[in-house]
Amino acid sequence: MRIECPLCGSRDRREFYYQGHATALDRPKPEATPEIWDNYLHNRENLPGITEDLWHHEHGCGAWLVVKRNTISHEILSVWLAKENGL
Amino acid sequence: MRLPDKGLVDRDHVLNFQFNDRPFKGFSGDTLASALLANDEILVGRSFKYHRPRGIMTAGSEEPNALVTVSRGQSNEPNTRATVQPLYEGLVAQPQNAWPSLKFDALGINDYLSNFLAAGFYYKTFMWPQPFWEWLYEPLIRRAAGLGTLDMAYDHDLYEKAYAHCDVLIIGAGPSGLMAALTVARAGVDVILVDENNRLGGRLLSEVEEIDNVPGHTWAADVTAELEGLSNVTIMTNTAVTGAYDQGTYGALERVGHHLSVLPVGLPLETFWRISARRTILCAGALERQIAFPNNDRPGIMTASGMRSYLNQYGVSAGKKVAIFGNNSDAHRTARDFANSGVEVVAMIDSRPGVSKTANYPIYSGAQVVGTSGRLGLRKIIIEHDGKTEALECDALGVSGGWNPTVHLTCHMNGRPVWDPKLASFLPKGGAIPGMMVAGSAAGTMDTAGVLAEGYNVAGIIVKDLGKRTPKINLPKSENGPYEITPFWDVGGAGRAWLDFQNDVTTKDIKQAAQENFRSVEHMKRYTTQGMATDQGKNSNVAALAVLADATGRGIPETGTTTFRPPYVPVAMAALGAGGNGKGFAPERFLSSHVATQELGAPMIEAGLWYRPSYFPQTGETHWRQSCDREVEMVRSKVGVCDVSTLGKIDVQGKDAAEFLDLLYINAFATLKVGRVRYGLMLREDGHVMDDGTCARLGDNHYLMTTTTAAAGQVMRHMDFVHQVLRPDLDLTFVSVTEQWAQFAVAGPNSREALNSILINNINDETLPYMGCSEVQIGDVSGRLFRISFSGEHAYELAVPSRFGDSLFRLLLEKTKELGGGPYGMEALNTLRIEKGFITHAEIHGRTTAFDIGMMHMISEKKDCIGKVMAARPGMVGEHREQLVGLRPVDPVKEIISGAHLFEIDDISERKNDQGYVTSMCYSPSTKSVIAQAFLRNGRARIGSKVKMVDHLNGVETICEVCNLVFFDPDGGRLRG
Amino acid sequence: MRFSGLKILTEGLKGNSGWGPHWRDPEPAQEYDIVIIGGGGHGLSTAYYLAKEHGLKNIAVLEKGHIGGGNIGRNTTIIRADYFLPGNSEFYSHSLKLWEGLEADLNYNVMHSQRGKISLFHSDGQRDAMIRRGNSMRNQGDDAELLSVKQLRKMLPYLDYEQGRFPIYGGLLQRRAGTARHDAVAWGYARGADQRGVDLIQNCEVTGIEISGGVVQGVQTSRGPIRAKKVGIVVAGRTSQLAAMAGMRLPIESHVLQAFVTEGLKPCIDHVVSFGMGHFYISQSDKGGLVFGGDLDMYASYAARGNLPMVEHVAEAGMTLMPMLGKARMLRSWGGIMDMTPDGSPIIDKTHIEGLFLNAGWCYGGFKAVPASGNCFAHLMATGQPHVAAQGFPIDRFRTGYGLIDEEGTGSQHNLH
Repeated sequence: MRIECPLCGSRDRREFYYQGHATALDRPKPEATPEIWDNYLHNRENLPGITEDLWHHEHGCGAWLVVKRNTISHEILSVWLAKENGL
Repeated sequence: MRLPDKGLVDRDHVLNFQFNDRPFKGFSGDTLASALLANDEILVGRSFKYHRPRGIMTAGSEEPNALVTVSRGQSNEPNTRATVQPLYEGLVAQPQNAWPSLKFDALGINDYLSNFLAAGFYYKTFMWPQPFWEWLYEPLIRRAAGLGTLDMAYDHDLYEKAYAHCDVLIIGAGPSGLMAALTVARAGVDVILVDENNRLGGRLLSEVEEIDNVPGHTWAADVTAELEGLSNVTIMTNTAVTGAYDQGTYGALERVGHHLSVLPVGLPLETFWRISARRTILCAGALERQIAFPNNDRPGIMTASGMRSYLNQYGVSAGKKVAIFGNNSDAHRTARDFANSGVEVVAMIDSRPGVSKTANYPIYSGAQVVGTSGRLGLRKIIIEHDGKTEALECDALGVSGGWNPTVHLTCHMNGRPVWDPKLASFLPKGGAIPGMMVAGSAAGTMDTAGVLAEGYNVAGIIVKDLGKRTPKINLPKSENGPYEITPFWDVGGAGRAWLDFQNDVTTKDIKQAAQENFRSVEHMKRYTTQGMATDQGKNSNVAALAVLADATGRGIPETGTTTFRPPYVPVAMAALGAGGNGKGFAPERFLSSHVATQELGAPMIEAGLWYRPSYFPQTGETHWRQSCDREVEMVRSKVGVCDVSTLGKIDVQGKDAAEFLDLLYINAFATLKVGRVRYGLMLREDGHVMDDGTCARLGDNHYLMTTTTAAAGQVMRHMDFVHQVLRPDLDLTFVSVTEQWAQFAVAGPNSREALNSILINNINDETLPYMGCSEVQIGDVSGRLFRISFSGEHAYELAVPSRFGDSLFRLLLEKTKELGGGPYGMEALNTLRIEKGFITHAEIHGRTTAFDIGMMHMISEKKDCIGKVMAARPGMVGEHREQLVGLRPVDPVKEIISGAHLFEIDDISERKNDQGYVTSMCYSPSTKSVIAQAFLRNGRARIGSKVKMVDHLNGVETICEVCNLVFFDPDGGRLRG
Repeated sequence: MRFSGLKILTEGLKGNSGWGPHWRDPEPAQEYDIVIIGGGGHGLSTAYYLAKEHGLKNIAVLEKGHIGGGNIGRNTTIIRADYFLPGNSEFYSHSLKLWEGLEADLNYNVMHSQRGKISLFHSDGQRDAMIRRGNSMRNQGDDAELLSVKQLRKMLPYLDYEQGRFPIYGGLLQRRAGTARHDAVAWGYARGADQRGVDLIQNCEVTGIEISGGVVQGVQTSRGPIRAKKVGIVVAGRTSQLAAMAGMRLPIESHVLQAFVTEGLKPCIDHVVSFGMGHFYISQSDKGGLVFGGDLDMYASYAARGNLPMVEHVAEAGMTLMPMLGKARMLRSWGGIMDMTPDGSPIIDKTHIEGLFLNAGWCYGGFKAVPASGNCFAHLMATGQPHVAAQGFPIDRFRTGYGLIDEEGTGSQHNLH
């Protein structure tokens, strides 16, 4: 498995740390309800197919990446920097 | 039997070898299998279940029968396929799974009991009496099972791993692979051409047909020579691609040294490659399959193509009188080649009616082999033709049930092959592996001309795809005889007809499985073990499917296939795990004081990847406790030095650094004054403690934080996350400087005196108060000094650039020695911290909250922080939580054991009464008692009460007093003193 | 038909012509009292215990493919009760007891082999954690013994005690732990359920869950609608998909776990051995193959296949721990889809929809749980009350923070357990 880091280019999966779904980008406000926090931290759509998840180029440039990929085929559709998400 | 003047072996180069304790001779260029056949060694092994005699069946890595143990130097390699083991001078091989001898195998009795050992019999018996399973039935089964024997000694052979990258990977160097490689190479694209064998050519090496008017192997050699001359081509022989993985990654096993008698020092036996390719062309050819007929498993019965390979490539005839049985046109080539080589062909038996009979040997059309005889080697076959049954004497039978394209790699990403009724085979599903195309026989093209054309055409598409121009190449002239087949799977009849030769699965077993409703192909496989042998069904799966389809009244496509999974050929653990043995499994991290520490004789222990000193023994000390107690007393009364460089150190700078740290830690850091240090605790977002450490403010926008040794990587990643993902708007940057700084704790009442003896500018309580920090000079070296303490003593941590670590450590040893002090190790460090009630990851083990460790008050009301919301969940706080307390045995000679559980004194020590557990313990020289830290349900409210500590494993029970966490100097006077 | 040695003998003499189907292949009825979605180990054992212990008759198991085709068809077959946190302790203890009587109960030889499992530790800290674990096991009434290096050298002479990267300090032995023939477990439960009247319906994919007024009504399937009073979702690996049909979003992320087997070898590894520093565990099957596994590939996946980094890492762990493995050849690798939860422990609970029950989140520890999971889930579905051994698995523990069962201590990140 290889991932195209926007800063470093195509790199082996060994260089990356996987965290989980990109839900983690949308941290709720402290005053949000327990249900919202529960959803943020625990509950996931988790359907087979296209997903966006967060990877850290830990043994490379240190960038957190959003990786859009297919969990059935492992195809990677696009990769962008988490800090530029939504820009 | 070796024939004169045939084959590609080097007859001038004779090699001696041993098999089954007997000496033989072969030639350079032989495999062990071809050399055994040349010596008329027909019996080479025994099958798995019935211990039936077995001979060589194929000429390739798919061999199911000829598995032997090859001894090389100190090591024995079990389950080696004789068909791929190159012969070398002095090779020693032994048969397997036979006792007392290959010829007479006691477990051959199983063959006579086969009616009672049918498919799945073991699921229905061995249940009574119940205890017999463990001590009688299962040990017997285990002893009978298995193939070769693994040496139980350390494997000292060298194996390696490597990476390779290319534009185009071509798998297989038969005619299609060579043609594709030539095309891609001439287009100037980087290409890696991989082949399992030691020379290129594939099937061309086994055939007599010509290409461009020269023998096929000559054409292959010419192409090889051109490719070898091109700088953009890498040829990897003896290399099997084992698996197809994501984004164009392939695993490949190179058998580097298997052809050598003695491995030169430094040469690996095997190398496991990871090849990253933009495009791939699979030219893996096809494998021939068997036909099921009664007693079709006798030694001497082979694939027709394997027989032809031995004849044409090695000059070896599998027998003196040979017969061929097939259902397709290709089988006739074997008969023809044998006849042309002067070997007697007693019959060419074709199951298809209406086959032309013009040949100088008997051809039987619409005929079948219905039985055989010859227990240790084929003697006779019984054939049925024109309504008659006839026995023919022969000692070798080649069988061709047709060709299966080698689709395996195309299935590694869940692609299911597609049934082709005309070819009576499965073809690869297009696009099953992204970036891969299939050419030649692997794609179902069976004639050489077609295969060459397809190699060129597919390569052309890929070259264009990569933005290059396809070179014009005139396709070489070659035969294009059609491949015609009429499927024929199972002759039927009363006797047992084998499908899976190694696992002894017969057509009867498949039919019985269907009868017992194991009708799904996966059920059939698992119930009968069909296809689960070392060839993974390469020789037998398709025929077994056909038999199952027939037994269940379905077609083959509806019946489906089992899944081919990596690896394509079995891979030695030593190759896959190369570099992992010994210390290679994980990096080793050494302190800058490592050498000096070892000079002092300190035993080193692992702390994560680091090595740290356990204690520093002195003359006369015979037990670690003596050293530890002395070191603790030394720190408490004089001064001690300890290398603490393993702590993670992260330099944080920027105008928003303070705001960032406030989000990271539960307590505030914006309020920290420059030149001061503060203890900080950080949570995971789920509200549990992640880590603790100190954080110093070196400037308005400059902090230096420390993490624990264990969590350094996790904290760094977490900070990257919090910054880049949650707060990219904050203006700051940070970097790990763990490796850049060597840091030493100098602790004890004499610590300041020791430091002042080496610092250019002396320090005192005003210039460096408790929890202060400052830049310092040690000679010409700039360092940082922090007045912090993990021992409860007046203490400092002094940091210098790592390259000065060794000299500073030696200097500190010298200076502290003058003051009655010296170095201390991890044991003393641990004791010192337990005496003071400080925590480590024994306490913050991932399930504890700030509430549990009594630090809830540190969570700032005034700001948000990571984990704050979830830490306030109702389940995370309250009396039901286990809280950290101190423990001390009521009777001072009693033991406390870390990991022991706690109970009310009168309760039985069982789960429902469990009150908590001990996390850390030590003997405290300062309080002259065993002391401990423990998590105890509602513990803080129970201080002063007594609990029972029970360790079932060591048989220890101790009544303990629950006490305050801080055992020594509870008001902290010594820290400031 | 009752299986026995005598039966083997008489059938053998008759040419094995008398063996009948191990289970029927009935057409689905229009309505059942209870529909179990998922014909894997957990679903089959649920149906078995519903019929056997709760006297229920009108039950169907709906299976998308063939029964036993999910994770029970591909795992490393380890059975143990060596958990240390409440919730897990009592549950796996219950399961181990059910295993011990399973063959007699099912009249099916699942080759349950109590060959003992040894968990190695490699530092003082790991030893303390192992002592805590062993005491939890003993407090639960299960067996656990601490082994010194001297004892280990006798039992496992092939480990690298001298040169390994992480020195071996000792081990924790559970003698009652072991392995079983995984496929046979599915088949034995299937046969037992079938004999008690349960309809096992293969090639029947559930495509929708019918809910009306907050009450479950039945399911839509590839073979038509089926009404049901109660529906249990037992589809580890596919749980989120089924839950979505009922409008639920669960604390589950799906991950791939690979496992491996070598070519057959004569007996060389007698126990189940697990390596505390390298996520590596190994045992030898009765057939002779060394069966071993490691950690997750660590990315969300439904592909049921993995990649090389973990394959190699597992092999490296094997080589540092037991370097005599070198000449054993890996024959096959495979991958399964794991329901990973935020604390690494399962969910056996009702849902907010009346009549709809959930059994999920087995992470990669589902095989050993098969008997107790079915037993406890059957109890919950039949009585509406959690079984005494499975009270620790409610779904709302993540929201409230009560009773989290985080054995790894790695927190709410799904893949870290």
